[in-house]
Amino acid sequence: MDIIEVKGLTKTFNKGFIAVDGITFSIKKGEIFGFLGPNGAGKTTTISILCTLLKPTSGKAAVCGYDADSEQNKVRKCIGVVFQDMTLDDRLTARENLELHARLYGIPKSEREKRIDEVLGIVGLKDRENSIVKTFSGGMQRRLEIARGLIHYPQVLFLDEPTLGLDPQTRKHVWEYIVMLKRDYDMTIFLTTHYMEEADELCDRIAIIEHGKIIAIDTPRKLKDSLGGDTIVLDVDDKDTEKALKTFKGAKRFDGQIILSVRNAGREIGKVLERCRENKINVIEANIRKPALNDVFLKLTGREIREEEVGLREQLRRRRTMGGHGR
Amino acid sequence: MIEIGGVYTVWLREMIRYFRQKERIVATLTMPVFWLLIFGGSLRASVDVGGIDYRSFISPGVVAMSLMFTSVFSGVSIIWDRELGFMKEMLVSPVSRLSIVVGKALGTATTSLIQGIMVMLIAILLGLKVGLATFLLTVPLMLLISIGLVGIGISIGSLMNNVEGFQLIMNFIVMPMFFLSGALFPISNLPPTLKLITYLDPLTYAVELLRHVLIGISSIPFAISLFVVIGFSVLMMVLSAWLFSRRG
Repeated sequence: MDIIEVKGLTKTFNKGFIAVDGITFSIKKGEIFGFLGPNGAGKTTTISILCTLLKPTSGKAAVCGYDADSEQNKVRKCIGVVFQDMTLDDRLTARENLELHARLYGIPKSEREKRIDEVLGIVGLKDRENSIVKTFSGGMQRRLEIARGLIHYPQVLFLDEPTLGLDPQTRKHVWEYIVMLKRDYDMTIFLTTHYMEEADELCDRIAIIEHGKIIAIDTPRKLKDSLGGDTIVLDVDDKDTEKALKTFKGAKRFDGQIILSVRNAGREIGKVLERCRENKINVIEANIRKPALNDVFLKLTGREIREEEVGLREQLRRRRTMGGHGR
Repeated sequence: MIEIGGVYTVWLREMIRYFRQKERIVATLTMPVFWLLIFGGSLRASVDVGGIDYRSFISPGVVAMSLMFTSVFSGVSIIWDRELGFMKEMLVSPVSRLSIVVGKALGTATTSLIQGIMVMLIAILLGLKVGLATFLLTVPLMLLISIGLVGIGISIGSLMNNVEGFQLIMNFIVMPMFFLSGALFPISNLPPTLKLITYLDPLTYAVELLRHVLIGISSIPFAISLFVVIGFSVLMMVLSAWLFSRRG
């Protein structure tokens, strides 16, 4: 039996909006599993159901062998959650936040101190344990939230957009913690993200989700291989665009450029340019791209995941985080 | 259903937050001081409330007022917990909804009790004569009163979706409850209609209860006041627990 099993899960909200539309997947113990998709695709809704904060409209979700709807308390004991929005008490110190968490999860006094020190060490916040959380930078708050999610040694850790709004350096740090958790603690990790490179770098398997449906699910390698090789991107004169689409079978247009899928771009680019010359297509620039997850998403949906697709809530959160100051 | 550890944890958080905001404690004490010092001090020469010093007469009322302000507003603060996210941390933990709401209520009632004791000490400094035994007797009564009032706050907080309705609660619930409670005047001399309204105000019975204990006079028999206050507190606890869990 897999540690997370989801069957035909559907969530409809009051106004008839279908946030999650009959998704089915399962996650093995010790896997890092990623939910990749644009904002509003249903990622957070799925996490909320698995974490027992939302009731599913229909379908089944089981975490650690317990039903997420009817056995909520058992599920809650075996999971750790790091939400997208900050859920620390910013008037308390880092240590106080961790201590409250340990108490909420019924960790005995004898264990508490030891575990708090341990998780503070993992995220490198030992020297700031007695500072009020309000004075923490966004990255430090996120690290503290991850630390908090680990205190009760969860079997599954849920991370909802763990690096949203973080600077590239802090993002790399968070990635290292995640990989370390899998390696050293054999923890199962379910994360959502709309960053392609994050999913690519971290995940053992990825489900690409859009409009509440899973449109692909596999390892990053296989997803990329499914594109059938490399990509050649041609920037041609506007007037020649239609001609180019006709010349190359299976060519796609994106952002005014022509996208060709080929087996080996380095070998075939010469032929491609020759055919352009034959057909009097004026090529301004030609580029070779090795497959990335972005292309998988593009191929499946006809559009890109845009990183600037950041909701109002996130903007507010960022503004709030900016109020605090870093080290 | 109720885990002692969970209740204690939620209570503990309220305590840490309360004692960390010293400036807020001072701020919430200014209003009662103004009432006692300015209102009580200026009217004592011209108002006769059955031969009792007017400032002493309103002291139990001002104590009740400060219990209400602290309780209702701290109860409503669950909206802030929701807005700022900490509520999620509690909701996703293995602690039951009932334990969260009970912990929150007890924590708020405790802060409210501390506030009430401070106001009473100020009233004593300003001339209210109270023996030690009486003083100690008011402690459980204030706690009981606070629990009912916290229930109002948590119920409203569970029904509201954002903090914008805050001013509305102030204008349409808290202030009328205070002014109609007989905190500032003896209800026995009121015209019938107004008298009826004061009888419908739960705070009236809280004021009567404290006034009976502190200065030995009341318009409503002690047993009736006590019965109503206990009944109201139980009712509000059940209602707030239900409203909070339903929203979960």
